[in-house]
Amino acid sequence: MEGVHDLGGVEGFGPIPNRLDERPFHHEWEGEVFAMRILTGFWGGWNTDSGRHSVERLPPTEYLSMTYFEKWLASLVNLSVEAGFITRSEVESGAPDPGTQPVEGAVGPDVVRKVFASGGPTLRTIDEPPRFASGDSVRAAHHGHSGHTRLPRYTRGRVGEVTAWHGAHVFPDRHAAGDGEAPEHLYTVRFDAQELWGADADGGHTVSLDLWESYLAPAS
Amino acid sequence: MRAIESLLVEKGLVDRASIDEIIDAFSNRIGPQNGARVVARAWTDEAYRERLLTDATSAIAELGFTGIQGEHMVAVENTDTTHNVVVCTLCSCYPWPVLGVPPAWYKSSEYRARAVREPRAVLTEFGVELSDDTEVSVWDSTSEVRYLVIPQRPAGTDGWSEDELAALVTRNSMIGTGIASTPGGR
Repeated sequence: MEGVHDLGGVEGFGPIPNRLDERPFHHEWEGEVFAMRILTGFWGGWNTDSGRHSVERLPPTEYLSMTYFEKWLASLVNLSVEAGFITRSEVESGAPDPGTQPVEGAVGPDVVRKVFASGGPTLRTIDEPPRFASGDSVRAAHHGHSGHTRLPRYTRGRVGEVTAWHGAHVFPDRHAAGDGEAPEHLYTVRFDAQELWGADADGGHTVSLDLWESYLAPAS
Repeated sequence: MRAIESLLVEKGLVDRASIDEIIDAFSNRIGPQNGARVVARAWTDEAYRERLLTDATSAIAELGFTGIQGEHMVAVENTDTTHNVVVCTLCSCYPWPVLGVPPAWYKSSEYRARAVREPRAVLTEFGVELSDDTEVSVWDSTSEVRYLVIPQRPAGTDGWSEDELAALVTRNSMIGTGIASTPGGR
């Protein structure tokens, strides 16, 4: 989607703020939101990709003015309502609606520890061979669907070079839309700064991104 | 926020002990001290360095750092001619098992917007001065692959132990917005 979250290369921002501040959480509630967003995810109402999409769907002015954990809180509430875990009236009242019974099966600390250690790998095996190889020249697509995508605006239509192949990975665009994992081959593609930003670009740098096969076409 | 927490707990959706577990893990056990162990090992053990550059996920798992947001790791090494820097322009993807929760600046619109367009200017703000002929390589974390920068080992550390070296490896040096501390430098 053409969202304001797609920030790469947007101009007008000032100096990087809080460069010397390394704390993971600045308020107790931030750690709690972080934890709750992860824990509610265990119920399977959404996945990593639809979860990211929920943050992207926040109204643009709100997205840019909220802190990271404010966005996580808004996303936590929206996802939980959309999944039917809680209702808007419960969010407003802060208490369960009359007559609702608590569910059983919230994950305990032991399960949390195990899942954190194993994670959720996205590497999959598919029958199709990879279409591209390292050294290939590829052009990033111009697709404009309104769902979740991991193809940043600043690469679209630009030509880069494949530098690595990572096997097939769960494809976020379809996974976020509820179409299953739809794995595709994933490649690192390196772009020159001048290809991305024009001849006057702050020179001498490259930008490498991991892009799925359907984002790419042969450039020559 | 308190209301949401008590609502989710009352409805049985979230176990309060699990909230405490996650906060404790990311406050005390999962953080840049883990990545520093990886870098220090790579500096002192050439065979490990090669494994790290070939298959970072397995090499990092050897030291016990695995899991969520670190399932697919790639290590990129700084040299005299290449400086690597990592960003996530679309959200704030970050290698949790080795670096923990990202600092606020990493998640800022400023960093996300500028790192891919004018990385040298950004690095200057962080006090990283590079020669004109150093190639800057920016890594935008668009997939579930997570990047760890291996900073250059500081001069004057010959014969240092892994523990001593790990103390020189800053969080920012593993993102690329810093370099490793120099002996006696901090």
